[in-house]
Formats: sequence, structure tokens, C-alpha cells
Amino acid sequence: MIRFENVGLRYGVGPEILRDLSFDIRPRSFQFLTGPSGAGKTTLMRLIFMAMRPTRGLINVFGRDATSLTKSDLPAVRRRIGVVFQDFRLLDHLTTFENVALPLRVLNKEESSYRTDVVELLRWVGLGDRMHAFPPVLSGGEKQRAAIARALIGKPEILLADEPTGNVDPPLARRLMRLFVELNRLGTSVVIATHDINLMNQFNARRLVIEEGRLTVYE
Amino acid sequence: MRKPSQLIPENTMAGNALTIVVAIMCFLACLTLGSVTLVRDASREWQGDILREVTIQVRPSDGRDSAADAAKAASIARLFPGVASAEVLSDQESNALLEPWLGTGLDLSDLPVPRLIVVRVSDPDRVDLAELGLKIKAEVPTATLDDHRAWTSRIQTMASATVLVGLSILALVFVATILSVVFATRGAMAGNKDVVSVLHFVGAEDGYIAREFQRHFLMLGLRGGLAGAAAAAVLFLLMGLILGPSVSSGTGEQMSALFGRFSVGPIGYFGALGIAFLIAVMTAVTSRIAVYRYLAETD
Ligand SMILES: Nc1ncnc2c1ncn2[C@@H]1O[C@H](COP(=O)(O)OP(=O)(O)O)[C@@H](O)[C@H]1O
Ligand SMILES: [Mg+2]
Repeated sequence: MIRFENVGLRYGVGPEILRDLSFDIRPRSFQFLTGPSGAGKTTLMRLIFMAMRPTRGLINVFGRDATSLTKSDLPAVRRRIGVVFQDFRLLDHLTTFENVALPLRVLNKEESSYRTDVVELLRWVGLGDRMHAFPPVLSGGEKQRAAIARALIGKPEILLADEPTGNVDPPLARRLMRLFVELNRLGTSVVIATHDINLMNQFNARRLVIEEGRLTVYE
Repeated sequence: MRKPSQLIPENTMAGNALTIVVAIMCFLACLTLGSVTLVRDASREWQGDILREVTIQVRPSDGRDSAADAAKAASIARLFPGVASAEVLSDQESNALLEPWLGTGLDLSDLPVPRLIVVRVSDPDRVDLAELGLKIKAEVPTATLDDHRAWTSRIQTMASATVLVGLSILALVFVATILSVVFATRGAMAGNKDVVSVLHFVGAEDGYIAREFQRHFLMLGLRGGLAGAAAAAVLFLLMGLILGPSVSSGTGEQMSALFGRFSVGPIGYFGALGIAFLIAVMTAVTSRIAVYRYLAETD
């Protein structure tokens, strides 16, 4: 569903951060994206999410050449991709419930039509009793789960999570991982960026490793 | 169940600052508009008053009975079309007019003081003052008609100059309002970049984002604009009460002599309301343009 061919990227006139990346992400697949800090994991996720364009190479998203997508096509494509940012990007003036419901609200849906879905999802990620709280009073782990719930509420075909276990203690990290595995079992492709080797070793999954700008796939 | 939060945060510093800027600029614009209508109304009133009253002077002359001449001139004037009345001022009335200059207790019969006839015009458009002047002169050689025409035209020029200056100030205030609203709106928008980018990646269409901002800033502009307009309206009302015709304090009389009744007409009040809405719409449009510009820069 996502395919990269000889993709290269540099920021401005700087060195090429990513070089000749070629890989694909298949439906219902589960993979880790790994590499040392500063290797370009976040950058690669931005490319998949089309928050930026590659300097060269081809990116194919859901069967369409990314360069052929106009600005007005982007919202519809983005709704098929769920993203969990490293820094969560929750809106502080909205409640947890409202933050999670945001992807549905911007589709001009009535709150009554999605209320039970959102509440159910919040319970699933363990935030059932925090839905009226505002992000500033949530703990790091709670924010993380709120961000994950927001990424999932629109039933995306693929979930990109950037260091989702970076800010939480090991037991919670394992719980979140079980949540992703469960989600994958239900049919969503999952890409998890992490530099935590221990965490990856607990799961027998595909690994995309970036090192010195090049990507190697370990099936 | 609580009311859903607005997508764009309310009561932020930049937002409150913008409300205040809008309120102040709207207040100033309304005040300027009110003053312009006031000057215009006052000049109309002066002109009306001046055109409605002319005087005939009968100079005393040896061998003529100035009282009889005055009575004759008055009766000619009275019969002239468009004239409502013509009254010869009595000695006491003439005395009263001259008192400030000549002091009290003087006997008019000793002095060659002209007799005055006050002619009230019922219809300034219909009466031909030049014709009246000639007619009176023909029958009473010592009588002359003073039609204040020089005054009227001078006041007219002055009033239209004042209105013109007022309108230019109004135009300047409008430009200043537009600029400050544009910049304050853009400042408030800059604080909302995070909101825009979050809305963006959760898949909101550009149109949706722009509409949200437009609505938010329209409400904000309306709040500021109506507050400014209301303050101006209250000021108009207070000035009307303090300097109105019912109060006969010295300054009140002087002011009303100058400005007529100090009351801003409906144009002032409706204009204030119009300015408030105009400014609110301007705020909304500016935010819309700013959002689209921001969205065009990011993708
Ligand atoms: N907006 C940016 N402008 C310039 N350089 C950037 C930008 N974002 C990231 N980089 C650089 O790109 C490299 C990869 O960063 P990133 O993708 O964040 O790595 P990772 O997520 O693997 O830690 C780093 O050297 C970083 O300094
Ligand atoms: Mg990163």
C-alpha cells in the first residue's frame, strides 16, 4: 500500500539524510522502523505521511504516485493514515474526548454519531475515566494513549507511531505494544519507529533499519 | 453534557488584544462619523435660520417720519409672496438690541437710530429677496433690505469645508482601522499555527479550517466592534443629555448655538452599527486570507 523507490531526501542544502530508499509496506503488515537517534526515522514517517516531498525518487501511496496528488487530494489520503507524533501534538484547549474525536469532527459529523465509538476507544486504551480532562493535566503515558486513540478513531489502513514507547515505563510500553499487535490483528498495517532494541526483541516482526542514510529490510 | 470547545482557543492574549484593538478603532470611527453628521446637521440648521429671517432698516432722514416709513415698508413686505410676517421693532426692542453697546436708559428719539423690521420668510425657496428689496426701495427710499446673503454663502462654504475635513478624517480613521485590524488578526493567527497544523494532519480540508477561523474571528470582531459602537452610542446619548436644549446652562446655550441641538441623528447611530459589522467582517476576511496563505505555505 506504500512503496518507496530510490527515494532520497535532504533538508535545504544540507547533506542527504536518506539515500536510495526502496521498500514497501504491505496491507496487514507489522514492522519496526529503527536506527540510531538522528538516523532519519521521523523524516521517513513525514515522507510517508506526505508532510514533505522527497528530493528525488518515487513514493507510491495507496496505488497513486505521490507527486500526482494535488493539495486537495491530501486530506482524503491523510485520513487513511493514522499518525502518532513523538510530541503527541494534542490541543491543550480541547478535552481528551474532543482531541480523540477531532478527525471525525473535521468531517462535519454530528457528535451524537460518533460519541459511543470515541468512548469505547478511550476505554480500550485505558482512558475511560480521563475523557473530560485536558491534556496539560494528563501524564506522559496518558497523553501517549490519547494521541494513539486519535490516530485510530478514523479507522486508518495504516498506523505510523513515532517512538510511542519513548516516554513511558516498561510495563506501559508492553501494554501499548500489545495494543498495536491487537490492532494489527484486526487488519491495520502498523509501523513503529523506535530505537529500543529490547522492545523489538520481544516481538518477532519485520524490521526496517536506517543506518547512515541507507535502509535495510530484515524480514 | 458540556458544550463542545471551540476548535480555535478563546481568551488567548493575542485574541483579547485583537478584541480591544477592534473595539477602540470602532469607537474612534463611530465618533468621527458622529461628529461629521453633527457638523452637517448644524450647518443645515444655521443656513435654514439665516434664510428664514431678513431685516429691513429704515434710516432716519430729515423731514421724513421714520415711524411711518417703517410701517409702510413693513406692510409692503407683509404682502410680498413667501413672507410670513414683518414686524417693526418697538423702541424697547431696539433699545434692548443696542443696550450692550450703548448702555441703559437712553432715549432713542434723540439719536438717529435706524428702525428695524424683522421679516420672517415662510418659504425661502419661493421668496425673491432681490425683488422685495427693489420694491421697498422704490416706495420708501430710506429703507434697505439686508438679506444676509453674504453670511449664508460664507457659512455654507465653511460648513462644507468642515464636512469635507470630517470625511477625510473618517477615511483616515478607516484606513488606520483596517491596517490595525489586519495586523492584529495576523498576530492572533500566528499563535494558532499549531492548531492549523493539527487540523491539517487529522485530515481537515483547507475550506473547513478556513471556515473555522473565519467564524472565530467574525465573532471576535463582532464582540469588539459592537462594544466600540455601543460605547460611542452611549457617549452620543450622554452628550445629547448634557448639552441638550432642556438644560439652560451658559455653556449649554453656547454649544447649542454652535451645534444646534447636540444630538446625533439616526445616521450616526445606524452608521455606528454599520461600522461595527464592517469591522467584524473585515476581521473575518483577514483571518481567512491569513489561513489560506498559511495553508499554501505548508503542505
Ligand atoms: N526540519 C529540519 N531541518 C533540517 N534538518 C532536519 C530537520 N528535521 C530533522 N533534521 C535532521 O535530519 C536528521 C534526521 O532527523 P530525524 O528524522 O528526526 O531522526 P530520528 O527521528 O531518526 O531521530 C537529523 O540529523 C536532523 O538534525
Ligand atoms: Mg525522531
